[in-house]
Amino acid sequence: MNDVVLESQGLSKHYDGFVAVDDLDLAVRRGEVFGLLGPNGAGKTTTILMLLGLTEPTGGWVRVLGFDPARQSLSVKARVGYLPEQLGFYEGLTARENLVYTAKLNGLPRDEAQTRIDAALAQIGLSDAADQRVATFSRGMRQRLGVADVLVKQPQLIIMDEPTQGLDPAAAREFLKIVHRLKAQGITVLLCSHLLHQVQAVCDRVGLFHQGRMVLEGTVTELARQVLGSGYRIHLEVEGPDALEESLSRLDGVLNVTRSDSNLYELEAEKDLRPEAARAVVEAGGRLLLLAVEAPSLDEVYTRYFQQEEVGHVATD
Amino acid sequence: MSQQTERPKREPRREGSPWTGLWAVVAKEMADHLTSMRMLILELLILLTAVGTVYAAAQNLRTTVGQDPFLLLRLFTTAREPLPAFVGFLGFLVPLLAIALAFDAVNGEFNQRTISRVLAQPIYRDALLLGKFLASLFTLALVLTTIWLLIVGIGILALGVPPSGEEVARGLWFLLLTIAYGGIWLALALVFSIAFRQPATAALASIAVWLFFTIFWSIIAQMLAQALRPVRIGLPQEVLAQTQLELVLSRLSPNALYSEAILAMLKPSVRSLGLVLPIQLQGAVFGAPLPLDQSLLLIWPHLTGLIAATILLFALGYVLFQRQEIRA
Repeated sequence: MNDVVLESQGLSKHYDGFVAVDDLDLAVRRGEVFGLLGPNGAGKTTTILMLLGLTEPTGGWVRVLGFDPARQSLSVKARVGYLPEQLGFYEGLTARENLVYTAKLNGLPRDEAQTRIDAALAQIGLSDAADQRVATFSRGMRQRLGVADVLVKQPQLIIMDEPTQGLDPAAAREFLKIVHRLKAQGITVLLCSHLLHQVQAVCDRVGLFHQGRMVLEGTVTELARQVLGSGYRIHLEVEGPDALEESLSRLDGVLNVTRSDSNLYELEAEKDLRPEAARAVVEAGGRLLLLAVEAPSLDEVYTRYFQQEEVGHVATD
Repeated sequence: MSQQTERPKREPRREGSPWTGLWAVVAKEMADHLTSMRMLILELLILLTAVGTVYAAAQNLRTTVGQDPFLLLRLFTTAREPLPAFVGFLGFLVPLLAIALAFDAVNGEFNQRTISRVLAQPIYRDALLLGKFLASLFTLALVLTTIWLLIVGIGILALGVPPSGEEVARGLWFLLLTIAYGGIWLALALVFSIAFRQPATAALASIAVWLFFTIFWSIIAQMLAQALRPVRIGLPQEVLAQTQLELVLSRLSPNALYSEAILAMLKPSVRSLGLVLPIQLQGAVFGAPLPLDQSLLLIWPHLTGLIAATILLFALGYVLFQRQEIRA
């Protein structure tokens, strides 16, 4: 029980006639980075607001660090950091002054607040800009300041809503590094995003959100197996005998073999079968020129899932 | 993968005090107000008005020093062409100041997108709203008290007469009434700042209400009274009923309440704020000042009315704010 920091069952939120979140079961374990994916309007932000006690659920229950957000929101909010999608600071104040306000709202004594603020600013690399007005900050700096703001309360869980949206690639990469460091510190992170390759880069497990429901949940490989039927894609370039398909498809775990060019093969497999494939090629007398594996991509899972979804709808109509 | 667990028992009550973090909000908001350019401009405006009118009044009063026991209070109420008296200016400067302090209190947080970050801290919305109101009220009180002290100081220097205890007491009640009057406009601007997402809309709506009460309400009160209690034959009862209704209606305006109340406070010779029939004046000593406690009795309904209206408006804002969705 203690290693589940966030748990919900049957969690629902209805706005007159419209269902934003429908019967959501969610479990996030301590120390993991959990990615919540879904198209815009899938109910991600509403879910976050319910986790923080900023909106009351219509049905079901949720426990964050063992507390009920609707009744014990102070306890929840003292331990959970929230990085909202629309992140704003008081423009006229400096970075440090903004953090001091947060520290005061958390009831931290002055000395403790100073130490924590300095540490937080150092950790995200904003020490030099600490006494500049936030109005002069770039989007990337603001996002990092947002993390510092969250770190001031030394949270056990951080909820991030679309944190890399609008960042340039370098800033986004920098941000993902910060998420890695948070995980290394033992902080649980719930990351909501629709930028799939970034989610894939940092998340241990992901949940796919669609029309207020969690439709898929697990590691990326698990999801790939579920949706694509296979997790790995192995590319081979072989010179030599024709008709290698047969010997390749006999390998254990291979689901499909396609020959795209005269000597290019593609295997879909449940696991990484590179050594076995190489041996099969050599035993058949072929010369192996290239062997590459493509880990399952969340992008593919996502696209395929929604394609299937559409086809399913068409079929039932 | 998550095993079915029992639904946990629900806590019966909301945890913690609604005022957690209140003083952090008050301190931050007051610091903002006191350093903002907007406040600086308004403070300068009020200061200039105060110095100008009080100087003019003092010039006028020098001639009557020694004849009037309430010389200091006259500083506030004496007008000298072309300048109106200081209290005349206060009637519209205080609402302006109060509206300027509060019209972007809540929608400003939404527009700066700070609201979700602030409410993700361990405080309730109650503390944020009350903190903002109190910070504005304290700033208003601070500005008015400073100006009040300044006027008293100038007055003593210019007139050369130290004020009596009763004068100071009346002056302090006048200050309190002015702050309470400002409180209404603060609460009103706060309500509009919750109801409207655009600060400009909130400011215009507040100013519209203020204009309505300043200019139109007395006219409307008169017309309503004439329509509801018409004088048909010209009986004294009819005239009396009409005038009384008009008085009741006009007192719905905070401006009317405030000006009546400060009149009674600053002019001790005012014996009644309503209609007085000749029959009720039997035995009265004309022109004799009322003692402070009697004047207080006279304005007590006005003061409680001003405070009650402030509390009602704040409560309305509170309900609106609690129901608001936080997503930006």
